Amino acid sequence: MSPSDEPALTGTIVDQSSTLSIKDLSRMCNVEERHIVEFVEEGVLNVVEVRSEWHFTGDALRRARLAVRLERDLELNLAGVALALDLIEELQQLRRELEAKR
Amino acid sequence: MEFKDYYKVMGVARDATEAQIKQAYRKLARKYHPDVSKEKDAEARFKEVGEAYEVLKSPEKRAAYDQLGQRRPGEEFRPPPDWGSGFEFSGAGPGNSTYSDFFDSLFGAQARAGRGARGDFHPDRGEDHHAKVLLDLEASLHGGARTFTLRMPEIDEEGRLVSKERTLNVQVPKGILAGQQIRLAGQGARASGGSGTPGDLYIEVDFAPHPLYRVEGLDLSMELPVAPWEAALGATVKTPTPNGTVDLKIPQGSRAGSKLRLKGRGIPAAPPGDFYVVLQIALPPANDDKAKAAYAALAAVLPFNPRASLGV
Repeated sequence: MSPSDEPALTGTIVDQSSTLSIKDLSRMCNVEERHIVEFVEEGVLNVVEVRSEWHFTGDALRRARLAVRLERDLELNLAGVALALDLIEELQQLRRELEAKR
Repeated sequence: MEFKDYYKVMGVARDATEAQIKQAYRKLARKYHPDVSKEKDAEARFKEVGEAYEVLKSPEKRAAYDQLGQRRPGEEFRPPPDWGSGFEFSGAGPGNSTYSDFFDSLFGAQARAGRGARGDFHPDRGEDHHAKVLLDLEASLHGGARTFTLRMPEIDEEGRLVSKERTLNVQVPKGILAGQQIRLAGQGARASGGSGTPGDLYIEVDFAPHPLYRVEGLDLSMELPVAPWEAALGATVKTPTPNGTVDLKIPQGSRAGSKLRLKGRGIPAAPPGDFYVVLQIALPPANDDKAKAAYAALAAVLPFNPRASLGV
């Protein structure tokens, strides 16, 4: 049976409105929860507090995974990761604007 | 398989100190890291550098590698029969990168053995997998099933890392945006114990360039050519939109670059994006006498200096 004969898999979009717990995020990035807390304390990740529980968006997942990659591959410390993330996002924004002007 | 000169890859001398190797790695890693680099072959180069560093940063691996002696890069290579005896390897390097056959034949089994132990905080659940796909814009505009072929690294029965191809038929959620991820529950790796829940598969979406529309977040834009008189006098013209052809009113006195907004006709997310039509003035060619006469007549009646703002 070719794959196209199988019923299509249905997924969900992970986006701004998704809410992920610290447990979800820790599992998805394969780091300890303590490390996610450090990301939040350093301002790498934004968090919404609902009834003393932390909620993260899909955007935080993307940032956290990027942060983990940078830490691991470039041997950056937390402050370096935070700075690199901000600069990468600024660069992406500027590139998008440049692209739109072309 | 081909011999790899890890010293050459790192651009260091064979007698380089640990500090020099570390420094060279950091420099190259910053240059070629796929998340930061603009270089074309960044990902391949980054893997190569990561692999070289993995060997050279570890005194045991480096000593073992040095024992092979100097060979020409690319030379046909087979590890000697007594290879690896007397060395103990541990720990795996840069994350989930796949190493070359050369690396695997030298350090494969041992390095992989160290990998499972590292950073696995959720043994009862399989690892999540992540993939990136290039999607046609229509899939987001109208939804629909798309077939993706993904390459997944997998550990086979003998503990080797193999790259397996997998074809997935996925219902693309309508309104997905570039950079967003589709989560497919249970499509990740199986749990290592065998009894736990499998991980999820995350597919990050980017749009392939579209022949007509440009995507900016939720919004789409398109350049619409209009005749000079349509722009000057106003007109109703046919224009393609993601939801089919519509009649569009061009306001009188429009200029090149004028933007017309069609609200809610962008990407059908919640709330939907807008569709922007950017006017372009197309000039009719003056390649026959009739057209030339018409241009001349226009020039005669219109005192128009397009360079007035330049002061000439």
